[in-house]
Amino acid sequence: MIRQTRERIIEALLFASAVTAVVIVLLIMVFLFKEGAPFLLKFGIHAFCLGMEWNPIAMDGEPSYGIFPMIVGSVYIAAGSLVLAVPLGISCAIFLVEIAPPWAAAIIRRGIELLVGIPSVVLGFFGLVLLVPLIRDSFGGFGFSILAGSIILAIMALPHIISISADAITAVPETYKQASLALGATRWHTIRNVILPAARSGIVAAVILGMGNSIGETMAVLMVTGNSPILPEPLYDVLDPVRTMTANIVIEMNYAAPGDHRQALFATGIVLFVMVAILNAISHRALKSRMGEGR
Amino acid sequence: MGTEDIEIESRNLNLWYGDTQALKDISIPIQKNMVTALIGPSGCGKSTFIRCINRMNDLIKGCRITGKVLFEGSDVYENDVDVVVLRKKIGMVFQKPNPFPMSIYDNIAYGPRIHGTQTKRELDKVVEDSLKAAALWDEVGDLLDKPALDLSGGQQQRLCIARTLAVKPDVILFDEPCSALDPISTARIEDLIAELKHDYTIIIVTHNMQQAARVSDRTAFFLLGEMIEFGDTKQIFERPVEKSTENYITGRFG
Repeated sequence: MIRQTRERIIEALLFASAVTAVVIVLLIMVFLFKEGAPFLLKFGIHAFCLGMEWNPIAMDGEPSYGIFPMIVGSVYIAAGSLVLAVPLGISCAIFLVEIAPPWAAAIIRRGIELLVGIPSVVLGFFGLVLLVPLIRDSFGGFGFSILAGSIILAIMALPHIISISADAITAVPETYKQASLALGATRWHTIRNVILPAARSGIVAAVILGMGNSIGETMAVLMVTGNSPILPEPLYDVLDPVRTMTANIVIEMNYAAPGDHRQALFATGIVLFVMVAILNAISHRALKSRMGEGR
Repeated sequence: MGTEDIEIESRNLNLWYGDTQALKDISIPIQKNMVTALIGPSGCGKSTFIRCINRMNDLIKGCRITGKVLFEGSDVYENDVDVVVLRKKIGMVFQKPNPFPMSIYDNIAYGPRIHGTQTKRELDKVVEDSLKAAALWDEVGDLLDKPALDLSGGQQQRLCIARTLAVKPDVILFDEPCSALDPISTARIEDLIAELKHDYTIIIVTHNMQQAARVSDRTAFFLLGEMIEFGDTKQIFERPVEKSTENYITGRFG
């Protein structure tokens, strides 16, 4: 009898812990939408997301709340980081799983774990004192730039992309590899034509997840991108400074007066939240479709 | 033993996985255009042996080999041997059907593409010929764009045979090709092997003694890494010389 009661209590506690996590997420969502949604509806979703000018404390005339340059900034930097991190990350994963002798793989894995452990503010600091001057001296401009942000984010995304891709490559059945080699294929041919295609959905998931992380990253990016809420000019100039949505919230939350300005920052959070949620959903899909293939 | 052409011959072949010796002093001549069956209980080294012939054991870390495997008169373990060429000439069909997660067509075309067949017309012909030779064309001739993994297990295994035939090997190694198949699929593969031996030299590892008796011309009995007895299949099954061979084929252990 006592045993049964104990069993029930433990189950109830475990249930409560599981529910807590969900409840917290829900509460954050509710709070975010409660603070930001009224403003979003008042100002207009369209005007907010596609507006070109961000000027919440206008001395003369109407303040304006357009975050389009920041959406572009976030997407630009996230995409830039992927352009750098994806080829590097996938190559590293291939090397780790298929080529590296065990001792080398162990060293590399340790290195990657260390990379995960570096706090983003430290990376940002590194970017600030090393990368920004380097870019300024080598390419001109301010140094604070899309390029600097992309490089820092690429460093942060790299370990995640490597480990998820490596898992996907490891999950490819050994029998495919053997079949290919037995037909006279070289190791590289086998990797490119059998292993990578079979691991494709996992790798895609890794990339999208990396993108989600990159868009949501704040501190490191804030420190190296210059934070000017305008579109780069010309649009493809990666040496121009930008401001990301995350940076927008952090920078202005301190002095934003309750009212439209404050609510506009929450609305920025909503846009960010929706974008990351969509990316996560896509990556979840990609991972699931891989399970389906494993017949 | 007859005086027929010898296509492959192992001489005093020893193999170790780390400190464990998996093959002990194996010498077997394999005749051209015949089916040679390797039988013996699990772990006796028969699969390890055929993996020496196309050097698939190279993939295993800590695997060490002494002795020779002569193919067309030269040792496949010489330094200047190109494994790509070797494996083109010595094909292999595995225990579990292992088609690639691609279309039926691309599975068959995979090998020829590696070895330089590029034009659509040539590839179409190789695909059709190989599927016909593997007795699969009638079933899948209209489904070439379908995923190979949608086929049944028996069809997948014949697809793997077709894929091997497509690179035009001289020898085909079968590593327990029917162990994952139902009896009807097994019968079809056995018929196919009987057909293929006119054009290829075949070595088949099998757990199934009836299968060895049905399909092979020569049989080698392996036990604990040693080759105990080798001879005409009829002789091995009817008048085995060694006591342990007799015990095994009469089902006293295994």
